[in-house]
Amino acid sequence: MLEVNKDNFEVEVLNYTEKPVFVDYWGDKCQKCIELMPDVHKLEEKYGDKIKFCSLNTSQNRRLAIAQKVLGLPTMIMYVNGEKAETLTPDKINTVEDIENMIKKFCE
Amino acid sequence: MSHIYDIVIIGGGPAGLSAGLYASRAKLDVLVIEKEKFGGQAATTAELENYPGSIENCTGPALVERMRKQAEEFGTTFSKDEIVEVDFFDDIKILKGRKEEYRSKAVIIATGAEYRLAGFKNEIELRGRGVSYCATCDADFFEGLDVAVIGGGDSAITEALYLTKFAETVTIIHRRDSLRAAKSLQEKAFNNPKIKFIWDTVVEEAKGDEILESLVLRNVKTGEISELAVNGVFVFVGLEPKSELFKGKVEMDDRGYILTDRNMKTNVEGVFAAGDVVQKSLRQVITAAADGAVAAVAAEEYINEKFNK
Ligand SMILES: Cc1cc2nc3c(=O)[nH]c(=O)nc-3n(C[C@H](O)[C@H](O)[C@H](O)COP(=O)(O)OP(=O)(O)OC[C@H]3O[C@@H](n4cnc5c(N)ncnc54)[C@H](O)[C@@H]3O)c2cc1C
Repeated sequence: MLEVNKDNFEVEVLNYTEKPVFVDYWGDKCQKCIELMPDVHKLEEKYGDKIKFCSLNTSQNRRLAIAQKVLGLPTMIMYVNGEKAETLTPDKINTVEDIENMIKKFCE
Repeated sequence: MSHIYDIVIIGGGPAGLSAGLYASRAKLDVLVIEKEKFGGQAATTAELENYPGSIENCTGPALVERMRKQAEEFGTTFSKDEIVEVDFFDDIKILKGRKEEYRSKAVIIATGAEYRLAGFKNEIELRGRGVSYCATCDADFFEGLDVAVIGGGDSAITEALYLTKFAETVTIIHRRDSLRAAKSLQEKAFNNPKIKFIWDTVVEEAKGDEILESLVLRNVKTGEISELAVNGVFVFVGLEPKSELFKGKVEMDDRGYILTDRNMKTNVEGVFAAGDVVQKSLRQVITAAADGAVAAVAAEEYINEKFNK
């Protein structure tokens, strides 16, 4: 997964138009995020040809996360042509299937 | 036919882990089933200063991780699954999980409790977007920002104090004119320059475009409406038992807390309950752990009488 941060977010996410971009917002203290991580990596193996996978460490990029209106972890966002197309907030993420269901919608 | 455990414990919080420890030390074949995260609510609290002996490294996650290891060392087995249906009718109890079906001679219900919603407008819409129920999970987003805490009990004040390590200001909004929290906590809060209080006030609405920007407040004495700009609000207004699953199966009070005797027996033979899900006056880690120990020993006695004669 591509690690995005305040320096490359614009280029890699907002200005990227080839395929939809998935961003996994996580943090050092977010146990649930860390538990989900290996499974999200597996999703990349499965859907990586259709979706671009990125992760963003909010502990190091807090301002950027807030600017993207992320205020709880884990949050997963799909961007299409630099626009937010769908957001999963923490209460909507129980298992990796919830994430996979969102990703699938953008695979057509 | 699937394996029959001596005891299956539903819930891996302090009550379930302590029951697992006691049961496995008695050489019983015991399984703890947890749907989310071992440690339960205790794994979400940063400061656990009132559990005897937990002086060094007294964070909730550290304490419950030690509890889990200790139970494991004596032979407790664990499963990550959610129980969705129970059948307590026969001598062998049947528990249906999302992944598997489990059978046992005795069951200990240790499903705990869950935070209650405060009930203001947009609370659910802005959850995870500034509205939070877990300070340890979300606190570091709010470094240098302004947050509010709703509530006046021990949890609210403990978490407010924790939040002062990150936030610029922490405004405690309480519906009464005095706190219910322990005196020592109150003192710390009153002496903390980052903490402010708004008394006799409830939150009516959360406002914000995608993320929380402000709270609409109403003074319950004067009826006056005001607005408070905050980036985050943490809700600690009490608990609700997680006992939905057992409605009509074991006796409970009208709020859903399970009724037990002093040995943590429910009204159903072979079914015990422990921890926050039980009707009692003090819901803490120490009382949950104590309940778990009592329930495990009572279950052991029950199994010996019923099955090993
Ligand atoms: C913010 C906060 C701060 C606190 N601070 C303190 C403190 O400083 N000191 C103190 O002593 N106490 C504190 N407490 C209270 C303490 O955490 C609880 O009293 C204690 O965790 C109760 O333990 P329990 O095992 O009964 O339930 P819980 O901790 O609620 O654990 C129950 C577990 O059961 C699981 N479960 C539920 N239903 C199912 C199902 N159907 N299938 C499988 N698993 C299921 C849940 O996922 C959960 O992990 C605090 C609580 C909170 C929320």
